[in-house]
Amino acid sequence: MEKTVNQKAWLLVLPVLVLVAFSAIVPLMTVVNYAVQDSFGQNQFFWAGLMWFEDILTSERMHNALGRQVMFTGIILAIQVPLGIFVALNMPKKGFWATFCLVAMSLPLLIPWNVVGTIWQIFGRVDIGLLGYTLDALGIDYNYTQDALDAWVTLIVMDVWHWTSLVALLAYAGLKSIPDAYYQAAKIDQASRWKVFRYIELPKMRGVLTIAILLRFMDSFKIYTEPFVVTGGGPGNATTFLSIDLVKMALGQFDLGPAAAFSIVYFLVILAISWVFYTVMTNLDKEEGA
Amino acid sequence: MAGTDTTAKAPGAGSLPQDVTAMPGTARLRVRWLPRSSTVVMTLYLLFLLVPIYWLVNMSLKTNTEILNTFSLWPRDLTFANYATILTDPSWYMGYVNSIIYVTLNTVISVAVALPAAYAFNRYQFMGDKHLFFWLLTNRMAPPAVFALPFFQLYSSVGLFDTHIAVALAHTLFNVPLAVWILEGFMRGVPKEIDETAYIDGYSFGRFFVRIFMPLIASGIGVAAFFCFMFSWVELLLSRTLTSVDAKPIAATMTRTVSASGLDWGVLAAAGVLTIVPGALVIYFVRNYIAKGFALGRV
Repeated sequence: MEKTVNQKAWLLVLPVLVLVAFSAIVPLMTVVNYAVQDSFGQNQFFWAGLMWFEDILTSERMHNALGRQVMFTGIILAIQVPLGIFVALNMPKKGFWATFCLVAMSLPLLIPWNVVGTIWQIFGRVDIGLLGYTLDALGIDYNYTQDALDAWVTLIVMDVWHWTSLVALLAYAGLKSIPDAYYQAAKIDQASRWKVFRYIELPKMRGVLTIAILLRFMDSFKIYTEPFVVTGGGPGNATTFLSIDLVKMALGQFDLGPAAAFSIVYFLVILAISWVFYTVMTNLDKEEGA
Repeated sequence: MAGTDTTAKAPGAGSLPQDVTAMPGTARLRVRWLPRSSTVVMTLYLLFLLVPIYWLVNMSLKTNTEILNTFSLWPRDLTFANYATILTDPSWYMGYVNSIIYVTLNTVISVAVALPAAYAFNRYQFMGDKHLFFWLLTNRMAPPAVFALPFFQLYSSVGLFDTHIAVALAHTLFNVPLAVWILEGFMRGVPKEIDETAYIDGYSFGRFFVRIFMPLIASGIGVAAFFCFMFSWVELLLSRTLTSVDAKPIAATMTRTVSASGLDWGVLAAAGVLTIVPGALVIYFVRNYIAKGFALGRV
């Protein structure tokens, strides 16, 4: 579709611009402001230059939090994407069960994030939770509040539980858009199941999967509430991801300068990676349009 | 454009064996490729999803003594006292009222401003349009943790702290970009000839937009509203930071109860179950569009 050049379209965008400027630019400038100043209290600030950035970029605390964050995001993407595709391939295509699956799968997506945390906090407890109790009865030593590995496993299983359906729903939508003729052609060619997946289904799902990975990347990289409720960042600092560390720094210790510098670095990392995804996505759009 | 023809194909392609000649072939094909193992996989996956939720429901129907002393897969001593506690105590149920007020406000604001913007992005080319679109998207990427403190200061300084509108406005940060994205995706499915014909017929922009265009993307508007509802409903960090008493969301009420008494598991579970209900209700209405919405209208 050819778009008409029309500068008046700016007027249509104006409301969004004003609103988002109020709720994005003003707060972001506050952050920038703090990041380059130091304070001795009583609202007296003076210029600190890039001091906080140097501090943050060389601090082990930030490196560790970033490392944990990258590991967490890496692991959940490595599980959720293949599992989501696998589930989508097995979903019924129509009828009552298809609707049932859609609704049941969407359910975890609509639960407030701290309730998700609460559900798993309870579910994993050895005394009153089904999961913890069962593992304990099987003789497995499991305690997510004391053992770092158990805490990680709990958080990863929780995130898989919470978000795999998103990937599955997207992949499912991609699969449904494949015309029947493709499958018939494959059958005539006696293509194997794997080849049908590799050369028909996967390419057709490419667009939606990019969106799925983009969304999962963005949201898992800024995860806060769920791990905070379940482990509070512990045991020790084992599950202190970037957002948890940031909130600790900003609202807990009120170290505004370092926290602001931290925020900016954090935001830029997300921005950079998302930009790559976004570019890939728009290029795919163009390719398909051509 | 890509969006147009794939959307057009989607409904037909979904219902596979309607074509009579294709039917025997497809049927055999599917039996051979996807044996009953698919049922097994789906059953296991759904069990994995539903068992933790069942456990919460199970707990909400027990007394605290039963939760702590006996381990049972279903309530032996069925009680609705936990729900009664919540539904009769204003400090509990006002949490739901607050949540619903700011979520509704947010949904209305987000969709209302996103509609014209999405139309502009979809139909026109203008200076800086691509950069603007990506900039909007960056707000969807921004970690709420980054914004918590600045938001607190901003809304305190303009006297909006602890009001519903403050939370609603704060949530537009990630909901407006999302709504613009989803609506733009759905608008790709509406051919441009419709606009041109309407203008030739003498429609003004406003009248065309409300009378003709909006009904055409009604499902898109529904989906956008659903997603705004959803992301505003599940968010806690910002809504908790921006409220203290008068506009406190239910999710925050829950956390406070946990830290204060720490032991009332039954009420906590009941409150959790009640936060799931609104989502479960609205999801039924958009069930056929969920995937398309998550794909931002691009399937």
